Amino acid sequence: MNIAVCVKQIPDPAVPGELDPQTKTLKREGKLILDESDSFGVEMALQLVDKAGSGEVTLISMAPNNEVSGLRTALAMGAAKAVLVSDPALAGSDALSTAKVLAKAVERIGDIDLVLTATESTDGYTGTVPAQIAQLIDWPSLTFAKHVEVGDGKVTIQRQTEAGYDEVEATLPAVVSVTAGVVEPRYPSFKGIMAAKNKPVDECAIADLGLNADDVGWAGARQEIINIAAAPAREAGEKIEDDGNAHERVVAFLEALKVI
Amino acid sequence: MGIAKVWVYAETDGAKPHSSTLELLTKARELGDTVEAVYVGADADTLAGPLGEHGATTVYAVDPGDGLPGVIGAAALKELVATHQPDLILVAQSYDGRDAIARLSAVLDRPVITNGTAVSVDADRVIVGTAAFGGNTLVDTAFTGPAPYLAAIRPKSFPAEPSGGGPATVEKVAAADAGRAGAAKVLERHVEEREGPKLEEATVVVSGGRGLGSAEAYEPLVEELAKLLHGASGASRAIVDAGWVPYAKQVGQTGKVVKPKLYVALGISGATQHLVGMKGSDNILAINKDGEAPIFSVADLGVIGDIHKVVPKLIEAIKAKQ
Repeated sequence: MNIAVCVKQIPDPAVPGELDPQTKTLKREGKLILDESDSFGVEMALQLVDKAGSGEVTLISMAPNNEVSGLRTALAMGAAKAVLVSDPALAGSDALSTAKVLAKAVERIGDIDLVLTATESTDGYTGTVPAQIAQLIDWPSLTFAKHVEVGDGKVTIQRQTEAGYDEVEATLPAVVSVTAGVVEPRYPSFKGIMAAKNKPVDECAIADLGLNADDVGWAGARQEIINIAAAPAREAGEKIEDDGNAHERVVAFLEALKVI
Repeated sequence: MGIAKVWVYAETDGAKPHSSTLELLTKARELGDTVEAVYVGADADTLAGPLGEHGATTVYAVDPGDGLPGVIGAAALKELVATHQPDLILVAQSYDGRDAIARLSAVLDRPVITNGTAVSVDADRVIVGTAAFGGNTLVDTAFTGPAPYLAAIRPKSFPAEPSGGGPATVEKVAAADAGRAGAAKVLERHVEEREGPKLEEATVVVSGGRGLGSAEAYEPLVEELAKLLHGASGASRAIVDAGWVPYAKQVGQTGKVVKPKLYVALGISGATQHLVGMKGSDNILAINKDGEAPIFSVADLGVIGDIHKVVPKLIEAIKAKQ
């Protein structure tokens, strides 16, 4: 059972983001970290490989400047190796361009039974990349999984729906996107962190994947940011400290709104 | 000037069109000369009336059988697009909407702009507005390549208003071969019993965050208060990530956007991730121990206090009044 997990290395979400006024893309100057959303896919992959009794987990990431700090976190959790695609031509890439790169990376690894992704990244949150990858490599995609089982050459998931969930099945190979909270990600052990430093990272550029600069980045995105404006701010209202009777003020507030 | 033809990917809520579909149709009328809908499901005939009333003249309908709607929909759309040449295709930022538009984007090799909260046409340029950085920044993006343009729009971005149109013509289309993608089959559908209104449609939403301290506190504090206020219960990303409540309850940037009459935030600090999903609410009540929490900057009434103390008293007081 060989699993590829797509992971994104993002600026720390605790630090407020900013757009570069020149390029109008997200500033990505500081150190990047593993998107917490992706820790669920990494954990799920490790558990599925464990259960299968053989195989390994390979990470796939696209990041500027050969950034590996987030990848090392996932390697420390237990992934065996990584493919890192880094290329100046990728700047400005949208979700489809990203999917083109990740799809090619899946093919580069070869011999993959399952591709796991998060539902959406924390910083881009398009939620389209998993199905785009699947379409590009002509695999089924089982999205928004809140439970995943693999066996007999098939993957079965519980897919989140508006009304509840659907049980969905497909033969392998397949792409599965998992929702947050689907498993509890492990913390890397000290041994894991040490081992991660020597795990192989296959660094490649888009030419190594057979992609052209026109397919990705600004050219591939085929869109242009034409205006950036500040949204009207919401004003803070009354603030009180609970002295044991704050609920009375809340009741009056709810009554004024006629919700009780 | 508008564009010629706008398509809306229609979804249902039980036997009716989903409110987000009617919102998109309403907006589509403003943008294009012709508005049509694409529906992937078995019961298209019942939708002809309400979709027509909101401006769709034709509904292209595909029955997915046991296939995933988004996958079958994208395969069918590929052929429909080639025949009918729409300029713009709008989907809701929903589970199936995202699947369909994502696959279609790869099939047609067209970019898709997601999380839109506004759409406009300037000359023949299609512009999608999105909210970045917790809704503090509004970004307008124009498509520069060839049509069709693809956009996923957040529910509740526009009002839904009938146009007074008659029923739409239903044109049934055979499900196209989805290739290996069609290997995904729905084995069984589970409808989860829900007490009270849906999260996105409730007039009152009560959400809980990390301040609950444990998963066990969600029911007696958040669910109970939501029930008393005839509202829906929601959650911050932190407690969804922790596995306390399912993803379906998540309010925020990576989750649902809600705009109720009243939003109650219990033990939620108010990370930008969360604020983007709820700061359009008419009124906001926040209870949190940390007086410096950013949630207070958007709250109409903020209570600095322990939710484990304030909320039980509040619940008792409301019960006493009813």
